Amino acid sequence: MTFLTYLISGLALGSVYAIIALGYTMVYGIAKMLNFAHGDIIMVGGYAAFFAFSKFGMPAPVCILAAIIICTILGVIIERLAYKPLRQASSLSVLITAIGVSYFLQNGAQLLFGSDTKIFPVMLTDGSLKLFGGQLVISYLTLITIATCLLIMVGLTLFINKTKIGKAMRACAEDKGAAQLMGINIDTTISITFAIGSGLAAIAAILLCSTYPSLSPTLGSMPGIKAFTAAVFGGIGSIPGALLGGLLLGVIENLTKAYISTQLSDAIVFTVLIVVLLIKPTGLLGKKENVKV
Amino acid sequence: MKNILTNLFNKKNRGRTLSFIIVILAYAGIEILTHSVRVSRLFTSLLVPTCCYIVLALSLNLVVGFSGELSLGHAGFMAIGAFTAVCVSGLIGSVIVNDILRLIISIIAGCVVSGIFGLIISVPVLKLSGDYLAIVTLAFGQIIKSLINNIFFGYDANGLQFSFVNNSLELQNGKMLLSGPMGATDTAKISNFTAGIILILITLYVIYSLIDSKYGRTIMAARDNRIAAESIGVNISKTKTLAFVISASLAGAAGALYALNYSTLQPSKFDFNTSILVLVYVVFGGLGNINGTMISTTVLYILPELLRSLRDYRMLIYAVVLIVVMQVTNSARVRELVNRISSKVFKKREVRL
Repeated sequence: MTFLTYLISGLALGSVYAIIALGYTMVYGIAKMLNFAHGDIIMVGGYAAFFAFSKFGMPAPVCILAAIIICTILGVIIERLAYKPLRQASSLSVLITAIGVSYFLQNGAQLLFGSDTKIFPVMLTDGSLKLFGGQLVISYLTLITIATCLLIMVGLTLFINKTKIGKAMRACAEDKGAAQLMGINIDTTISITFAIGSGLAAIAAILLCSTYPSLSPTLGSMPGIKAFTAAVFGGIGSIPGALLGGLLLGVIENLTKAYISTQLSDAIVFTVLIVVLLIKPTGLLGKKENVKV
Repeated sequence: MKNILTNLFNKKNRGRTLSFIIVILAYAGIEILTHSVRVSRLFTSLLVPTCCYIVLALSLNLVVGFSGELSLGHAGFMAIGAFTAVCVSGLIGSVIVNDILRLIISIIAGCVVSGIFGLIISVPVLKLSGDYLAIVTLAFGQIIKSLINNIFFGYDANGLQFSFVNNSLELQNGKMLLSGPMGATDTAKISNFTAGIILILITLYVIYSLIDSKYGRTIMAARDNRIAAESIGVNISKTKTLAFVISASLAGAAGALYALNYSTLQPSKFDFNTSILVLVYVVFGGLGNINGTMISTTVLYILPELLRSLRDYRMLIYAVVLIVVMQVTNSARVRELVNRISSKVFKKREVRL
């Protein structure tokens, strides 16, 4: 029973990673850049929900909506101001800009909200489900997290495969030049990608902060790195890969914490990553690209 | 004599000579300044770390600039060098009393151990490329930090004592060298500015010798076009391993010098942010540009310290500087402007001639 408890909480953690990893993987697939500031958008989402709930006393659904809207707008603004002028630049310049944006958000948050850790309020629910006569206790939050993740995955897959914008996104991921010749507005498509990724980051923020209720300006960096790892683990650019990578990473992390060592969990998670990449160099579900001479 | 001079300043060697001159002049200038005027404590405390970061940035430039591979875990090598040096220095402290000799031995130890880890990590480096390689180096940095966080190491009358994850050491009259998350405590501070400058000079010599050699040319050929290089018989694995191992050893040496400059040092110092910081120095200085790397490291390392009076705003300003410089250097309009100005200046010179 304890194993099942750890497994389920691992799946919940993995679901959060998967939702964040989606933002990385979509942006990478379409704009071919590593958006290092993604983790800090999570932090902004957390603060947005916190202030909406605690300071302005808005009801939970409004808070969630507010966080999503703020993050979406922020994501689009960052893309327009910082990344768009660098479309033709080398990938390292874009990477450094993303790092700059990340520092900016972290330190901006520190100035605005203070560097002290704030306690995130109970926004969603704090009840739990008892099964097998109280032997297996699963909090509703865990269930909500896993359900949200699955819902987002299904929704996003449908969006990408069935809608016109989704088609444009796939075309951009394949070949930007050709897509442009077919009349696709690349700038709009990339902006929409950033908007979706950032909106998802807000959802991840609320789930993450509800599970680990402490809020600080550096909140997003570690989940950001882990989710980035998850995205690569599953094969960067692939949406099912992000889900698989996120879930696996969460489960591995939780089980090593429970059965091997809390302090060593990071080392073990990253060792597994290296081993997987050695066996499958493009991640679990990544496509292998053949280089033509 | 004239022959040597012309040889030093001919087109091929000019960059190399210039690098050495910059370093030696900077050293002379700073030495004169510190001995003639009363300089602030902050200034003298920044000298050794600046040297360390210059060596670190130069070594990373070898991988990112010359070998063309993105590495996000360079702080890992620095950490290995740092904590190896602390242990070696602590162990030989009672045997070798001379500080300079002890410093040299510790730095060499850090350099060698870090190089061995560089060899280990170069196995996945050869199999992967691009962003997958970047994530492996990131993972490597995290693993190293996490492992050092769990090592407890010390010695007493019964010899060396070691424990992992949980501290079970009970030393009788001994000394802890590494104590897990607390890192190294009570280290003898034996680094000095002169050692830092000598390390920079050695690094410059190593890097220039490598670049100008046959191996250096194959490293750059493999970067520019892997397939073309392979087809004319370049052994890609060998060249990339070589670049990685040399880079790792130099980073280890830098870490060793860094660690011996402080009495306490925590493993958390060498996290992802440190790796990123060094990468920023390299990209700012220009990929494959050695003098640029040295200057950008000095400026960017000292800038936040100079902005200290602005307190909370300093990192914000730093972030804005990063973003703006990247926008400006990549803007087509600015490039055009620079070209126009430089062509005008050039024309004027021609007229004068």
